[in-house]
Amino acid sequence: MDYKNIIDTTGHFGNFGGSFVAETLTQPLDELKNAYQKYKNDKSFIKEFKNELKHYVGRPSPLYYAKNLTKKIGGAKIYLKREDLNHTGAHKINNTIGQILLAKKMGKTRIIAETGAGQHGVATATVASRANLECVVYMGEEDIKRQAVNVYRMKLLGAKVVPVKSGSKTLKDALNEAMKDWVSNIDNTFYIIGTVAGPHPYPQMVRDFQKIIGEEAKEQIMEQEKILPYAIIACVGGGSNAMGLFYEFLNDKETKIIGVEAGGRGLETGQHAAPICAGKIGVLHGNRTYLMSDENGQIIETHSISAGLDYPGVGPELSCLAHLKRVKFTSINDDEAVRAFFDLTKYEGIIPALESSHAIAYAMQYAKKLDKDKIIIVNLSGRGDKDIHTIAELKGIKI
Amino acid sequence: MQPLISTKMSRIKNLFKKLKNERKKAFIPYIVAGDGGLDFSLTVMTELVQNGADIIELGVPFSDPMADGSIISYAHKRALSNNTKLINVLNLIKKFRTINQHTPIILMGYLNPLESMGYQKFANLSGDAGVDGVLMVDMPPEESSQLQKYLQEKQIDIIFLITLTSTKKRIQKICNKASGFIYFVSIKGITGEKISDEIAIEEKIKQIKKTTALPIAIGFGIKNANDAKNMAQYADAVVVGSSLVKFFDTTDQQKILQQIRKLSMQIREAT
Repeated sequence: MDYKNIIDTTGHFGNFGGSFVAETLTQPLDELKNAYQKYKNDKSFIKEFKNELKHYVGRPSPLYYAKNLTKKIGGAKIYLKREDLNHTGAHKINNTIGQILLAKKMGKTRIIAETGAGQHGVATATVASRANLECVVYMGEEDIKRQAVNVYRMKLLGAKVVPVKSGSKTLKDALNEAMKDWVSNIDNTFYIIGTVAGPHPYPQMVRDFQKIIGEEAKEQIMEQEKILPYAIIACVGGGSNAMGLFYEFLNDKETKIIGVEAGGRGLETGQHAAPICAGKIGVLHGNRTYLMSDENGQIIETHSISAGLDYPGVGPELSCLAHLKRVKFTSINDDEAVRAFFDLTKYEGIIPALESSHAIAYAMQYAKKLDKDKIIIVNLSGRGDKDIHTIAELKGIKI
Repeated sequence: MQPLISTKMSRIKNLFKKLKNERKKAFIPYIVAGDGGLDFSLTVMTELVQNGADIIELGVPFSDPMADGSIISYAHKRALSNNTKLINVLNLIKKFRTINQHTPIILMGYLNPLESMGYQKFANLSGDAGVDGVLMVDMPPEESSQLQKYLQEKQIDIIFLITLTSTKKRIQKICNKASGFIYFVSIKGITGEKISDEIAIEEKIKQIKKTTALPIAIGFGIKNANDAKNMAQYADAVVVGSSLVKFFDTTDQQKILQQIRKLSMQIREAT
């Protein structure tokens, strides 16, 4: 089976994905789909995209052998794909660079985005500022509180940050509001979705802009170890960093692929954000996928210490890969993620984002069970500067 | 009680036929089921019919009503805080049918509660309850085949939106799948916003009429009798949602009923 080409012409990954949107959005989505189809194989577009990634983002990002952490654990060799070293501090910028190029080609003059942890918001504000386009970012009130630094960064970059007060006041609600904005302003507005969810063509397009992570990682590991990794691991909220790393490895049977969802206070408490591990299939935000919803189909409020994983859905391609058992899913609780945050900081001098700390935490548990000659690659999707307030608060420290 | 299939099949059709003969346009009020409690919804539905409603559009509460403005979003929230489930909404219609067998009922909402119940069960229960049409905002024709199959078995119409952004080709595609009537969205936006481009509306409706003989309802921006009168000249029905739902933002149910009666009568007279 060719796991890289599951998608059909209308954006379905098996039973998942599709385009479940109100009629008003069909036309702008068609417009986007056509533009993307046109440019994704266009040599000069690809050249410009790659050029931006190299000179503005700072790619390729290193694949770093975490020697101290490996030694401490005493199992498989742990490599970190250093997306935290990208400009703006996370993998999110790869996608916004791609989408802003497309927006400009399409002649759009206004950019909107949703954000959870603020990383996608900052990455969007960054590219919009450079393109001299108006930028509006929707962000849940709860997330504004826990990610104050990123809010200020967006403002510095000239974006308008709109607080979202509905629902759980987090990423899901920010997405709702951004969709509403888009419906009302389709003529001039380009909606830069930050993850591999949403209606077709977003899951495919965002994945394509992020797949550079896995392409580089594969080349780098072949260069450094001359062998494919035994396993690759990434945290999964919507799933953009995960699809970014996984995609290039999907057809490499010898490599195990593991997605780590946010276990929050524990799956058994119901207070988590792990739709694949403990949710059910449904339709939200334009696609059919695994969701956190109750028995009546109402979306339930999620919990995760990391704002970027605090989302009740997940990209449809990941749902499909879970269904096909190509990607294995597991979860890491808040406190396990926090411990990993401290471990990586201590042993490697790298402060990881709380999102990425979930992947690190699972990688540490997993590596311990493996022989020393095995290799695992973990996507260190973002840096933790934005989270130091959350961590300090946990320790009772005011900064 | 189960209504006879033959009467149910023709409820929407009969109504538009009758109104055409009387040279009248249909008035379709929208409320969210369970807003103010299910018993109150029943009272409101009865009052609406008494004050000129021809069809009732019943919103199925959903946690994330993405195409709705703040007025209707709050109504969904209120209904959910009253613990209104899809099954309760269907039971409400069943109850309504014991006192009213002629007013068509359209369910409007979002797909996930139906996904959760299962399409077939939903279609069966809707058929039993006396639902006449189903409009799922986030289900374009491309994604509707499965649900449509089950609804057709129960002679329930599937109603689709056509908007100002729908192309000619797309209008054709939608009309091929639609039944009952076409719901035309008069604004590029979410519910509760203002109508701004009347010329574009007129043009688009002309295009739809060339494509289908189905009646056309206009909705999403009609706030008062004036708007209703204005829009009614282009279409066969007007839908009024936010302006009615806005009255529900109080616990004084007598006041809500009073305001609903007044606005309904005004719109009835204007159309």
